[in-house]
Amino acid sequence: MKNNVIEIDHLSTYFYTEEGAVKAVNDVSLRIREGETVCIVGESGCGKSVTAMSIMGLVEEPSGKVVDGRIHFEGRDLLRIDKHELRQIRGNDIAMIFQEPMSSLNPVLTIGMQVMEPLMEHQKLSKKEARKRAIELVELVGISRPEQIVDSYPHELSGGMLQRIMIAIAISCNPKLLIADEPTTALDVTIQAQILDMLRQIKEESNTSILLITHDLGVVAEIADYVIVMYSGKIVEEGDVVELFEHPLHPYTQGLLRSKPIIGQRQDELYSIPGQVPNPLELKESCYFYDRCEHCMSICRTQQPVLHSRAGRQKVACWLYEEGVSHG
Amino acid sequence: MAELTIAASEGITPQQNAPLLEVKDLKTYFPIKSGLFNRTVGYVKAVDGISLTLQAGETFGLVGESGSGKSTVGRSIIRLTEKTSGEVLYKGNDLYNMPEKELRHLRPKMQLIFQDPYSSLNPRVRVGDAIGEALLNHGLAPKEETRDRVLDVLQACGLSSYHIDRFPHEFSGGQRQRIGIARALILNPDLIIADEPVSALDVSIQAQIINLFRKLQMTRGLTYLFISHDLSVVEHLCSRIGVMYLGTMMETAPRDELFTHPLHPYTKALLSAVPVPIPRLKRERIVLKGDIPNPANPPAGCKFHTRCPYATDICRQLVPEFRHMGSEHYVACHLV
Repeated sequence: MKNNVIEIDHLSTYFYTEEGAVKAVNDVSLRIREGETVCIVGESGCGKSVTAMSIMGLVEEPSGKVVDGRIHFEGRDLLRIDKHELRQIRGNDIAMIFQEPMSSLNPVLTIGMQVMEPLMEHQKLSKKEARKRAIELVELVGISRPEQIVDSYPHELSGGMLQRIMIAIAISCNPKLLIADEPTTALDVTIQAQILDMLRQIKEESNTSILLITHDLGVVAEIADYVIVMYSGKIVEEGDVVELFEHPLHPYTQGLLRSKPIIGQRQDELYSIPGQVPNPLELKESCYFYDRCEHCMSICRTQQPVLHSRAGRQKVACWLYEEGVSHG
Repeated sequence: MAELTIAASEGITPQQNAPLLEVKDLKTYFPIKSGLFNRTVGYVKAVDGISLTLQAGETFGLVGESGSGKSTVGRSIIRLTEKTSGEVLYKGNDLYNMPEKELRHLRPKMQLIFQDPYSSLNPRVRVGDAIGEALLNHGLAPKEETRDRVLDVLQACGLSSYHIDRFPHEFSGGQRQRIGIARALILNPDLIIADEPVSALDVSIQAQIINLFRKLQMTRGLTYLFISHDLSVVEHLCSRIGVMYLGTMMETAPRDELFTHPLHPYTKALLSAVPVPIPRLKRERIVLKGDIPNPANPPAGCKFHTRCPYATDICRQLVPEFRHMGSEHYVACHLV
């Protein structure tokens, strides 16, 4: 059995608004093993990105705050170490790729400078060594003419190329964990295919663990080993990718999978989950999915189901699978 | 009311047997200005010779990646962006060659739905007023009737009557798209050009809107030009599909023909790149190298040759013709 790279226990992150506290991440626990790709999937507002931001210590106070939980990484709790220590881990042991490469890169610094920065900061390379390594990295992510590209500025490159540069920066220090937040959402499908191939290659060659956040079930099926489905800040189901896609247990997961149009499997009417995501300010003690669920029972309206193990590694938080609950 | 309807349709004389919309060799170029005197130094050929025909009641899907010019085609058809050359015929009448007044009469018949309905709604105008506005503007209904017409169309789009006095910010993304559709629908259009209407929506909401598009087509006999980058959505909605690349049509075919026998290497690559939510599925993937070239300086010959895995010398030199391959299947490729 492989070791866990990171263990997150009971993470809760809240945002404070004038109307009240929004529980963006609500008691989330997850583990990522060495060399494993874990995908968090969910719709907008389900808390998938905030989970990643919390791991990286990027939740901005005072509007938001990690209120509870532990994030174990190499014997340390990332929520309880000082800023200096966190800086040494970020970009070095844990690296992150964001959705918008254009807005994550500094427009007034050359590509080379931005790839060299973590190498000089964390690996203590000299400027000359860092430049040499930067050229190698840019070539590694499949960009031709790397010597010229390192001297160009972000606006001179296309979105796909910038996302590769982001990946080059992220893998520059051989991170143990790579967090990618919707890395291909802003890209065209043919470019998306290139980037997914690259992530797969990185994982195979350097045994890097990947936490990938996406709303696209197709991307999940292509790249994930293990899948976590979030809804309104909570994990509703998780499991190995094949099990979860072939035998989804939670009505929300089932609904999501059925609403996605698949080429070659056309239906006259697409299945769609009725209603919409509940207002995060008005969540009560209940299953958060109850008013959209076709199997809703009386207990679902008054009590929150807990995430329990089912077959294999699959877990689900749903009253349908609890013994001793009257179905009706 | 009867008089008003007549007034609106008076503008043109529809040609017998003419298709609802015919686009012939449409070109839309954007000038690139540079230098001290702001001289035109070149052109971005956003749309470079596109032809297509829409029969009444059908759904034509226009797919392509960013920069392929698919949105510009939609905008040039309804003259939001002026064409450079070519013809756009609506029921046999040239939209670019008719008096301003006639065009204004025709406008309600052709409606555009945008990707992001939020930025196309005025945040200070109540939804009911925003939807009814077009009706009043075009003089298609007296003021007293407007509210009833708005309520009808809200209901047809799956919204409730109490939504009529709300403001845009009170709606979710999916509901806002319903408002965008209601706004187009109230004018009783024949043709709806939908530019990436479901791309900004979550999967579960996307399915609701796709179903709505279908339902409206069946109940109202609408014709759609559906512009999208998402092949799986297009497959669900469209009867014929055209694939664009750098301003040029690469392939058009009826839906099933295109998905089962794609001929152009670009179409094949595009199809194989769509992630499928079936983890066990092992597919032969054609991963294209490189990026889409700059449309201001497109490659000579076949525009796709720089990324095409099968490109030969002839592809680098000669522009391929758009040829008919039987069963309504057209393709622009030397190698087919």
